Amino acid sequence: MDPDPDAAARVLSAIGEEDYGRLLAALVTRFRDFDLAEEALHDAVLRAVETWSGRGVPERPQAWLMATAKNRAIDLIRSDEARTRHLARLRIEDELRPGDHDDHAERLGEEMDAADLPDERLGLFFTCSHPTLREDERIVLILRFLSGLTTAEVAAGFLIETATMQQRIVRAKQRILKTGIPFGRPAPDELGNRLPGVVRVLYLIFTQGINATAGPEHTRVDLQHEAIRLTRLLVGYLPEQTEARGLLALLLLTRARETARVTPDGRPVPLAEQDRSLWDSRLIAEGTGLVDVAAGEPGAGAFTIQAAIAALHADAARFADTDWKQILVLYRMLSGLDPSPVVALNTAIALGQVSGPEAAMSALDELAHDPQLLRYRPFHIARAITLDELGRTAEAEDAYAAGLECPGNDAESEYITARITDLRR
Amino acid sequence: MKYALLLMGRTQDPDCGEDGGADPEEFMAFDKEISEAGIVVGGFALEGPDLGVRVSGSGGESLVTSGPFAESNEFVGGSYVIDVADIDEAIAWAKKSPAAKAGHIEIRPVADY
Repeated sequence: MDPDPDAAARVLSAIGEEDYGRLLAALVTRFRDFDLAEEALHDAVLRAVETWSGRGVPERPQAWLMATAKNRAIDLIRSDEARTRHLARLRIEDELRPGDHDDHAERLGEEMDAADLPDERLGLFFTCSHPTLREDERIVLILRFLSGLTTAEVAAGFLIETATMQQRIVRAKQRILKTGIPFGRPAPDELGNRLPGVVRVLYLIFTQGINATAGPEHTRVDLQHEAIRLTRLLVGYLPEQTEARGLLALLLLTRARETARVTPDGRPVPLAEQDRSLWDSRLIAEGTGLVDVAAGEPGAGAFTIQAAIAALHADAARFADTDWKQILVLYRMLSGLDPSPVVALNTAIALGQVSGPEAAMSALDELAHDPQLLRYRPFHIARAITLDELGRTAEAEDAYAAGLECPGNDAESEYITARITDLRR
Repeated sequence: MKYALLLMGRTQDPDCGEDGGADPEEFMAFDKEISEAGIVVGGFALEGPDLGVRVSGSGGESLVTSGPFAESNEFVGGSYVIDVADIDEAIAWAKKSPAAKAGHIEIRPVADY
């Protein structure tokens, strides 16, 4: 039976998005099977639409849905031999008691109070970002099962076809099942080793939102929002983990510039030219507060340092007021801790602000053979700006042109083209 | 879950027991530890790839050749099939094995047919 969509919406609004995520995470963890959990919860919602419209919404709708979904999952397992073997391994069937399904669900529902609805979402973070999964699989699993985005929404966020995304999710779920990736939070001594992997996935989701690598728009706000929401959730579970707070600070401080970093018609605005009155002071205050604490802790790592750099930018009322000396110090710390071509590029840019364009130029020249940077637009833009400052206009134009050859979105391309036009004036 | 730990070696590396090669004592100690853990459900140790015999080709024309085989420089030296809770446990055992240092270990879930 197809549910009345309005009734289904009422069911979901009675429990809320947050509880839906908790229910799904609890079922996935319980049955160690994403497909089964989704199907069982979907069926439980359908049953709620039927039952609740007659009898009204039960006192604890979450518990009702949990009990119903759990029973439905067990029924689904019984009708499928492969899944029966799976169930036997989990040894959860003996929790069932004889009796009519609905009565049973109701009784279980009555017995469970809100505290009994276990919150397994932290464990799911670790399952979905397990090191044996591919990076693209980790990203989509987190968005699909912890953000609760639909496959179509995730696909839109990454500008790929829904069918392609569907395949990627199926493959990722298969890998979890067949590889035997564990569910639940890791042991305390393992948790610290695995956390950087989780934090990195959240960072990648955010950067996908901030710097779309293809397509017409320069920013895609939803993915940024989701990354921040998920990072807040993670920090809530693991408040003692410095780098989780460092990442949250970095995301908030970056997000704070969102309105200023693009024009209303979608063109990117470089940091030096941004209208700082548009920066979100509330997000800056929260991000800065987090950084101030995290930066003094022994667990401070690459994300906390990047957040400290972002906080220094946020602290400057005008571009000219930026504390570049301190930023250079932090970039050098970052180079020592987590060296990468992009960090080297940013160090060169900070060096230019402290010591002038000649110093920047020689630092950039040293990077000019790095294959990753040669395909990276900001590298060519930094070269172009520095060459222009040194009066080497023709070379600056070539550098912009080289930037246009690199992958990027249309709004960036227009920005670069406009700079070339400026140079020719 | 059952996993095969495939202990991989490289033909150009020194043999077990040779100068610079893996220490057989370490392998024995590991074998004792993993056996006593009660998780081993199968496995084998193989003679070197130079004693391997290949049978290939289809139909009536099958070809039999003897090792060593110049075209492949990696080989399976042995395997443990273990029954553990999940991939993390399998990885933890692989990390303990001296074979991870001498060559590498490939972990493959055993198909559930």
